[in-house]
Order: sequence, then structure tokens, then C-alpha cells
Amino acid sequence: MYRYDEFDRTLVLERARQFRNQVARRQSGEITEDQFKPLRLMNGVYLQLHAYMLRINIPYGTLSSRQMRTLAHVARTYDKGYGHFTTRQNIQYNWPTLEEIPEILEVLAEAEMHGIQSSGNCIRNVTADQYGGVVAEEVEDPRVWSELVRQWSTLHPEFSFLPRKFKIAVTGSPSDRAAVKVHDIGLRAHKNAEGKIGFEIIVGGGLGRTPYIGKTIAEFMPAEHLLSYLEAILRVYNRYGRRDNKYKARIKILVDDIGIEEYRRQADEEWESLKDGALTVPQEEVERIRAYFAPPAYETLPARDSGYEAKLFEDAEFRAWAKVAITAHRQPGYAIVDISLKPIGGIPGDASADQMDALADLADEYSLSELRVAHEQNLVLPNVRQSDLYALWQKLKAHDLATANIGLISDVIACPGMDYCALATARSIPVAQRLSKHFASLEKQHDIGRLHVNISGCINACAHHHVGHIGILGVDKRGEEFYQITIGGRADEFAKLGDRVGPAVSYDRVIDAIDVIVNTYLKLRQPGEKFIATVERLGIGPFKEAFAEENLDAAA
Amino acid sequence: MPLLENGHIVEDTWQTLTEEDPSPANPAAAVIVPFARYLAEREAWAAHEGPLGLAVKAGEDVEQLTAEDLSRVSLVALDFPKFNDGRAFSSARILRERLGFTGRIRATGEVLRDQLLFMQRCGFDSYLIPRADAEEAWAAALKELSVWYQPTADGRPWITALRTGRWERQEQAAE
Ligand code: SF4
Repeated sequence: MYRYDEFDRTLVLERARQFRNQVARRQSGEITEDQFKPLRLMNGVYLQLHAYMLRINIPYGTLSSRQMRTLAHVARTYDKGYGHFTTRQNIQYNWPTLEEIPEILEVLAEAEMHGIQSSGNCIRNVTADQYGGVVAEEVEDPRVWSELVRQWSTLHPEFSFLPRKFKIAVTGSPSDRAAVKVHDIGLRAHKNAEGKIGFEIIVGGGLGRTPYIGKTIAEFMPAEHLLSYLEAILRVYNRYGRRDNKYKARIKILVDDIGIEEYRRQADEEWESLKDGALTVPQEEVERIRAYFAPPAYETLPARDSGYEAKLFEDAEFRAWAKVAITAHRQPGYAIVDISLKPIGGIPGDASADQMDALADLADEYSLSELRVAHEQNLVLPNVRQSDLYALWQKLKAHDLATANIGLISDVIACPGMDYCALATARSIPVAQRLSKHFASLEKQHDIGRLHVNISGCINACAHHHVGHIGILGVDKRGEEFYQITIGGRADEFAKLGDRVGPAVSYDRVIDAIDVIVNTYLKLRQPGEKFIATVERLGIGPFKEAFAEENLDAAA
Repeated sequence: MPLLENGHIVEDTWQTLTEEDPSPANPAAAVIVPFARYLAEREAWAAHEGPLGLAVKAGEDVEQLTAEDLSRVSLVALDFPKFNDGRAFSSARILRERLGFTGRIRATGEVLRDQLLFMQRCGFDSYLIPRADAEEAWAAALKELSVWYQPTADGRPWITALRTGRWERQEQAAE
């Protein structure tokens, strides 16, 4: 894992001190709330419905057990004993006081974490494939490049007051788990014919009220030019992105307005003066960072552990969990383990301080002290010996962390919605909870198979409902909560926006509506066919018909 | 509004013209002319004897200035219509790094002390600041952060260069 050197550490500590000073100036009335707002936002401090919320970055989703213990400590000391993992590899605390926040930031800085640029109109926390460096299919480790981008984007003097927020995601695998096509910039590391590393750079993707799939601005940007080219793209956006209307201010609107060819022309022109300059990435710096991500001390193990295979055979409950929770590791004899933060009826992404501590201990015992945070609001133990899986599973169960629903219908991605968020038009957490209870039977869930449900409490789409296999969007209809339902969206390498399946339904009928969709799928699927494949094969037609027949928009 | 340069409040010797103001009677006066007006009246301003400055609005493109223009101009004032409008940061870097402008770059409009460091890093060296702020507070603001990841034309060492020894090599070469 990356460790701060003296420079990284100095920056984070100075930043915490600076914020302490800004809070003091706000409290003395020296600056107005209006002037304080961008300062607090750039340190991750939001004003929510009931209190301040603090959002902490977990860059590219990588956490050490020590850092996890710090997160647990903060949850216990400054919050109500919980933390909430988000879709952007952040953790949010919903109940700190403004006075305490500088202190929290100092505690976090000691553990090499911070909230810098976790909100505000600047370059946000860089996200990446949560399986970086461990997944069997990987071409290039996204963590190395994410760290490079994290550093370049941190307190960037030119790009700290952009027209709007700016999100960058990185992947280095053929399967895209980082949703690079729906970010302001998506980076896909790949190798050319000579084996040289470069990036496909995708710009202008995004969800929100006008969703777009990103477009490729460069097919293969050699790695040494990555930062100078990003600087060129950002400069064009900083200068020409709209500032008159915050709903039209994201880069996707500019890319759509002028077209990708024109955007490329302008970026290339800007790049002329930046290329081969001081931002050229020195090979030695790449190697310095890469050394931190060198494979840990793995043991030489047989590719398949017979004890593990015997347990799979003997214990059906373990088998059901393993089927969804385990992904192939690049190191023989090891496994990647997904940990569901979606217990049946729970709040998606919430973890208690005790659970965080337990996970830190389990990471020390079974995963070479490492954890990951996935954008699906789940956690990952990336380095588990197959021979330890059964013991690990039993311990996870004891902490209510072994729900066998990864990738299934109750593994819902949901934003905070009306329960916390000041912008919400509808609740999302209770919808997720009801859905999860309705499909509580794991047998049923496994029968339905892979199905991603995303629920956003308003058009801002924080839960990425457009790219959910089933997307649920809360809307306001004459002062009542209604939900628009889409199907067929996906966030992976075949990224696509979902289509509406019928008129919006009331809060009371959401579950009925999901039932109709699921039952239609079960009726029409071919053997072994996943939900998304059935929708793609048949189109939305049969689902629309079934939806209409049930009169779902009528009152319950 | 007080003018901050080299860490001190100094007297503003420049006269700022609007689009409509008549050209100064004194040909040796130091005047700041609106950018659009300058572009329209280039020839006339070529004859101006005194120091010439330009006032550039946030949406205007500084790269319209030619090398000849820049040899004539000794100050460019870049406007922040609101503190959160960051376009002038790009304009300043383009002036310094691409166009090689060595005169003063002045920040006008809503200039907040919390942005001073960013401004300085982008190439500003003159700031019209709100009255309430004391000199010491602004001086302190410049010292809040001592390390940076990004290379810019302000000549501060950046972290990658320090890590790789490039910075020392560059310093030695300059000596
Ligand atoms: S989608 Fe809307 S309700 Fe949900 S967190 Fe985002 S802004 Fe809030």
C-alpha cells in the first residue's frame, strides 16, 4: 500500500491546521457562511438536514487495517457509532460538530487520510477498481496511476474553483468495476502492441439530470503524458465550462455542446504548450509509487485448496456465500472476498464502529492487513488464503457481515435520500430496506441471480440509478413521493442507460413494481440467462406490457 | 480598495479607465484599459507613452495578445467576478507560462485571503483586497501551505521534483 512520505504528510497536516484557522474565523464572524462554504466543502464538510456531515476520502478504495481502526475510532468518538460507505469510495460521518471537525481531521491525518476535495467544485477523490493489483484478469495496476492522479489533483492551484465538481475513475482490467464511462474523466490503462502502458481517456460521462456515456478523447495516451494531457483537458473545461447554470456546468454538457472532436482539438492545442514540460511523469516517480504496491509476501500455495473445496461440498450455506462473495485472485491459492454491507433490512453501506474494528482484526489475521472499499458500498478483503475462507466466513457471520447477497437483488446501492440529504425529493433507504426484506430468501435471490438495483432519492443520481439493471429514482408528484423505474442500465464496460418501464409509482407500490419486473424476467429467461441479458435480448417491451397490465400507477 | 504587493499595502499608482472614459490627457499616465477597448484601439494605444495595463474579464481570452502587445503592457488585471469563478487562474498561467509575460498580474474583484496561495502559484503578484483584512493576516495566508504537488511558473519546488532530485539539478544548472 502507498505510504505517505514527509511531503504528503506535511501537506495533510498543514491543511488540517489551515482548516482549524478557517473554522475559528467563521466562528468569530470574520468570514460569512457564504465565504466559508467553499472552504469547508473543500475539506469535506457538508451541511445536511440535521447536522454537519464529514466526508473522508479512501483514495482508490484502499485501506490498511490501521486506517480502518482509525475510522472506527472516529465513528465511536465523534459520531453515533457508525460510518457510512458511499458509492465513491468515501466514508461519511453524519453527526460530527463543526468545532470537532479540525480535531477529527488531525486524527485522520495521523493515519494518512483526509477529506480534502471530497466535495466542492474541484477534482474529487480519485476512484478505481476495488480489485486493483489482485484480480486475475488485470492488465495494469490502477492504484499506481490513481495515486499519481491523486497527488496531481490535490490542492491544484488552477483547478480548485472549477465550474462544477469533477470526478475521475481509473481501471486497469478488461471488466470495468470503476464505471469509467460515467465519470467526468475515465481512465482505462491498457498496453499497446509494444507492451507500453497507456490510457484510453474517456471524457464527459456522468449521470445526474442529464446522463451521458463518456466519449473517448484519446485511445492511447502514453503514460508519461497522462498528467500533462489531463491538465489540458481540465484547462479547457475550467475556461469554457458553463458557470451560469449549475445544472449545465459539468464537463459532459460542454463535450455535448461542442462535440468530442472540437473538445479534442482544443485540448490538443492546449497540450502543445504543456507536452514534454514539467508535468511529464518521471519513470523513477512511477517506480517509487509502484514499489509501494509490490505484491505482499504471498505464500506459494497450490492453485486449489482441497480443504476449501471439501467445505464447499459439505456446507450449502458456505457454498451459497462463496458463490457470490469470492473472485479469482491472481496469486494461486488466494481469493478476493467481498463483504456485504447490505444485511437484510439494513441501511446499505452502514458499518458500526465494532464491525469496522472486527474487520480490521480480520484483515490482520487473514488478508495481509489490507481492505478495500467498493463503489457498490461493500468492503473487500483482497488477500485471503483459500484455506482460511471457511474460518473467515464463520467469523464474518458472527459480526453480521456474511450476507450471501453480493451482486444479487438485495445488494442495493442507495443514496442517503430524505433521511439525511437536504436535496432529496424522496426516501431511498426505506425503499432499499423494504426491497431487501421482500426478497429476504437467499434461495430466491440466488435463483434470480445477478441483478443490480440502484435507488436515488432525487435527480442528482448519487446512487447511479440510470446504470442500475433496475434503477429507482425518487420524484415528487404533488407533494408525494413517487418512484420512476428504469431497467437495462449497466455501469460496466458495456455501459448503457436504462429505459423507463412505465409511469412513476407511489411509495407503497415500488415493491410490487419490482416484483412484476422480476417475475417477467423469471418467466421469459432462457436457462442460465442473467437479468440484464434477458432485457437486452427481448428489449423493454415485455416488461412494459407486464407493468401496464398491473396498473401499477394506480393507488394501492 | 487596498493594494497588496510584495507582502505590503502599497499605493495604487494606476488609473483604471472604463469603456467610455476619454483617453488620458497626460500621455505619460499609468492607465489600465479594458481589454476589449484595447483590442479595438490597438494602434492608438501603441502611441501611449506611460505604463499601460489591461483589465481582462473572466470570459476573455488572454491569448489574443501578441508578443508585440505584451512588450507594451506592464500590468494585466484579471478579474474574479465571484470568488468561486476560477477562470482567471487559467488566464494567469497562460500569461506566464505560455505567453511568457513578465509584468505584474493583478487580481481584482472578489479576492479572498484563502485563495491567495492559489493565485500566487498561478502567477499573480498584485492583489486588490477588501479593506477589512490586515496585512499580517494576508502574509500569514501565504505561509499556510509549504508543499505542493504541481509545477507552475511561480518557481516553487514541487514535490515530484524534490523527490527525484530534479529540483536540485535544476537549481545547480541555474547557478
Ligand atoms: S441522489 Fe439526491 S437525495 Fe440522494 S444523496 Fe444525491 S442529492 Fe441526496
